[in-house]
Order: sequence, then C-alpha cells, then structure tokens
Amino acid sequence: MFKLIIGRFISMTLVLWVIVTATFVLMHAIPGGPFTAEKALPEAVLKNIEARYHLNDPLSKQYLDYWGNLLQGDLGPSFKYESRTVNEIIAESFPVSAELGMVAVSLSVLIGIPAGMAGALYHNRWPDHLVMLFATFGISVPSFILATVLIYIFALWLNLLPAAMWGGPEFTILPALALSGMPTAFIARLTRSSMLEVLSQDYIRTARAKGLTPFHIMWQHALKNALLPVVTYLGPMIAAIFTGSFVIESIFAIPGLGRHFVTSIYNRDYTVILGITIFYSVILVFMNFLVDLAYLWLDPRIKIGGEENH
Amino acid sequence: MDFSPLKPESSIATKTLRPHIGFRRDAWLRLKKNKAAMAGLGIIIFISLLAIFGPMLSPYSYSDQSLTDANQPPSGAHWFGTDNLGRDLATRVCYGARISLSIGIVASLINLGIGVLYGGVSGYFGGKIDSVMMRIVDILYGIPLLLYVILLMVVLKPGLMNVFIALGLVYWLRMARIVRAQVLGLKELEYVLAARILGASHQRLIFGHLLPNSLGPIIVTLTLSIPEAIFTEAFLSFIGLGVSAPMASWGVLASEGVVTLRSYPFQLFAPAVAISLTMLGFNFFGDGLRDALDPRMRR
Repeated sequence: MFKLIIGRFISMTLVLWVIVTATFVLMHAIPGGPFTAEKALPEAVLKNIEARYHLNDPLSKQYLDYWGNLLQGDLGPSFKYESRTVNEIIAESFPVSAELGMVAVSLSVLIGIPAGMAGALYHNRWPDHLVMLFATFGISVPSFILATVLIYIFALWLNLLPAAMWGGPEFTILPALALSGMPTAFIARLTRSSMLEVLSQDYIRTARAKGLTPFHIMWQHALKNALLPVVTYLGPMIAAIFTGSFVIESIFAIPGLGRHFVTSIYNRDYTVILGITIFYSVILVFMNFLVDLAYLWLDPRIKIGGEENH
Repeated sequence: MDFSPLKPESSIATKTLRPHIGFRRDAWLRLKKNKAAMAGLGIIIFISLLAIFGPMLSPYSYSDQSLTDANQPPSGAHWFGTDNLGRDLATRVCYGARISLSIGIVASLINLGIGVLYGGVSGYFGGKIDSVMMRIVDILYGIPLLLYVILLMVVLKPGLMNVFIALGLVYWLRMARIVRAQVLGLKELEYVLAARILGASHQRLIFGHLLPNSLGPIIVTLTLSIPEAIFTEAFLSFIGLGVSAPMASWGVLASEGVVTLRSYPFQLFAPAVAISLTMLGFNFFGDGLRDALDPRMRR
C-alpha cells in the first residue's frame, strides 16, 4: 500500500516535470518571441523589453529561473497587461471557476449515479432504454451546443434565467447545466454497466436468495462495488469539466479562469497561457492522484493485486 | 438392453443441424438486430454521402459571398439559410462534414498506426520493454491532453494540418493500452506457443496472430475514438484554434452561429444538428459494435 502510494507520487512528480518542461519548450519554440508579432518596435525598445522579461538570457538560465520562480509559486508577469501578473489573474478568476465547477461536478454525480442505477435495476425495460437514450445524447452533444440551446430556451425564449454574466445563484444554473451534460451522461452509462456487472455476481444472488428486496440489495450490497469505476472516472471528469469551462465561460461571459485562458489565446499572451496551463495541469494531476488514493482505499483487493501480479 | 456403441454418423450429437455461421457473420447478425446501431450506421453513411456529394450538387461554393443575400432565413434557394456574408449554410455544413470526417479518418489512422503498433510491441515483448513503454504512456496519459492540444495549436498556428498533428501526438494512448492488455493475455495461449515452435518470427507472431485476434477491441476503440476526435476539432475551431476562415468546419460554423444567436438562431441550428447527429451516429454504432463483437459485454 505504502509502496504503491510512493510510486504514484513519484509518477505524479514526473508528470508535472514533463508538463512544465514541455510548456517551457513550447513557449520558446514560438518563432520570433512574443513581442515581434505586434507592429515592428524600434530595435532599442525591443531590447529593453526583452531585458525586462529576461528573454535575452541563455535558455538554460531562463529554464532554471522559471523553475525557481515556479517553486516559489510565481508564474511571472502578463505580456499583454503590463501591470498584472499571472498570479493576480488566477487569484481573481479561479474562485469563480471553482464555484461553477463544483456545482457542475455535484450535478453530474447526483443525477448520473441514480440514473445509472435506475437503468441497471430496470435492465432492458423502458426506464433503462430511456436512461441510455438520454446518456447517449448527452455524450454526443458538445457542451457549447448544449449551452447555446439552453440560453435560447431559458433566457431568450422563456425569459426565466439570465443569459450571461455572473452574480447570484440564478446565474450559475444554465452554465452549470451545460457544463455537466457530458459528464452526467458518462457517469450514468458507467454506473449502469458496472452495476449490471456487480448484480450478476454470486454474492448478489445469495442476497436475493435470502429474500432481500432488489432496492435493498442495490443500496446495501451492490452500490459500493459498482461505484469503483465511477470513482476512477472522477479524475478525467474533473478535467472534462475544467476544459469544458473554457468555452462555457466564454459563452456566458463569466469572469472565470477559462475565459481568461481563451482570451489569452486570442491575445497570444504567452505567459498567461503557460501559467494557466501549468496551474490547470497541477490541479488535474493532483486530482488524479487523490482519485488513485481514494480508489486504493475503497478497494482493498487492489493492494494485493497491484503488488503480486507484477 | 443394447449397450453396443452407436455408429458415429448415426449419432444425433454430431449432426450439424444448422449451416455453419462464422464469427464475423454472427457478429453482423447480432449487429443487424440492434436498431440503435443500425440507425447509427445509417447516420454515418448519410453524413459521408453528404460530405462527398453535397458540395458537388450544390449550386453555391462554400466561400461564395453575396452580401445582398446576407442572413437569409431557410428557404427553397438556401435550405439552411445564409450567414452574415451571404454564404449558403447548407453548402458550408457539407464542407464541414468533409473536414469532420477527414479528422475522423486521420484519428483512426493514428490509432491504427501508432496505438496498435505501440501496444502490440509492448504487450508482446513484455518485461522491461513493456514497463518502460507503458510508463511513457502512463506519463503522457497523466497530462491533461486537451490543454496540450490547445497549447500546441497556439504554437503551430491554426490550420487543418496542425489539427492533424496535434491529434497525432496525443490520440493513440488509449488504443495502445487496450491492445497491450489484449496481447498480454493472448500471447500465453497455446496456439501462439505452437506458432513459435514452428519458427514464426516476432513480426509474424505480432501481425499474423496476435493483432488479428485483438481486432474486436481495436475496432470498438476505433469507432468510439472517432467522435472524440471530431469533438476536439469542433472544440478547437470553436475557440478559434482549429480550421480558419473561409474554410467551414462545424466548430467554426457553430462559433459564428453563437455570435448571431439572438437575431438569427437558424445559423446555429444547422451546424449544431450536424455535429450532434454525427457524434450520435458514431456512439450508437460503436456501442452496438461492442455488444455484437463481444456478447458477454452486452449490458
């Protein structure tokens, strides 16, 4: 168990190192540097700017400096907005994204798991077909389409909810729904199929032979085992919700991290792009690590299997 | 009591009552019974025909501007209406289908070319080679891919070719894992041992025996990874990093449609339906294919 956690931790560190190095290399692979794209600056001005951002240092020194700053939690200045640093941008906009993401994650878990359970309980009957139909639609409709359809129906047509911006709880509903569409559908499918697998096992037959009700069997005996694949999916799901939020935040004009990311892409504001990429990656990799730990904790069989089988 | 042995040919047990049905035919029969999968196949064929013949049959070209016809609602002349530059949306949606399907084809080639080969080699040789190769996959898998595709697109500058490159760098990982797991199990079977004793080379074992026998999972992974690639392209184009104007990818059309949603909602309608329908077709078909190729997995 302990060995396994250490192993996961080492691979997590390795992943983060690869990410930071790759982003750094990508940043410096851009021909001409970030300031030559704008209209031609005088030679001296360009030199000064490059000196200010240490772009004329040797690459190895820049790399080490970048790491040095990164380890102190400093992602550097924004190239586009002179007075702002990447840290400020993240500190300002991350809470908004986190709130939206949290609502979306809760929605997809709270809708997806019961829907999947219903599908398994009524296998091959109409509730099952209904769940599968909705779930397949859910994974087929991209979030940006779902978002615009929701805006059209609830904001423009029925005039029930605000179409954009960020304020009270009523502003959260539409973007959270749009964001959680695909993960909800995926969780429902996953829960359904793993629940069906668990339900076909012998210990469930024993429980049934004892005369327990199907609902009781499902709730008390099957659910914990059936949720293991869902827990594994939580890591990628959080990633899906985060990346989905790039577009959703842009569509709904929500001042979150995702919108800054998309804007910084339009502006070719390289330090912000890189800073946010690294920030997102760290969060996602860390989430995956937590999910791995939760998985180990939930399923004791893995401890033996993981070490003996190799 | 007659205890004399039955003559073999007279035995009912050895009589084949029905014509022999091979695995492929069996799977096809199962697939044919699945209505959703057949509907999915129908959608895929329909979209493919649209992509191939649609632009030829249309009187307009995807980039023809006609400002007098700007923002026309759907009519007999323009089935899906026109956009803000007077371009015919039906034609542009057909061109979008070309782009999306070519993305799908390229993603499959990458999956087959890199993923299958990588997974096959890793699983076949096993041991140290396998652990090194799989650690590499694990590390790449840990990296949030969409972020990296986005970052690559910033560096590479938008364009169809670069969408292909970005997909190529990242879209083979799952296939590699699945093929490796398959091969790992298959290579212990007796027929592989027999082939080895008969002197089959590594190459022959991998390509002649192990990979063909992993075909089921390979095909299923393939069909389910195509909609993912199509979605990624639409997503990239939507945020301005994919195919650039005047080319018409569904993502580009959708992002143009979002801008004019309030005044001309029909402009979003056509690309939105096209993307969703295609994804739906591939997902239904992929699900059905999995059930048909592996009936034990049917649930």
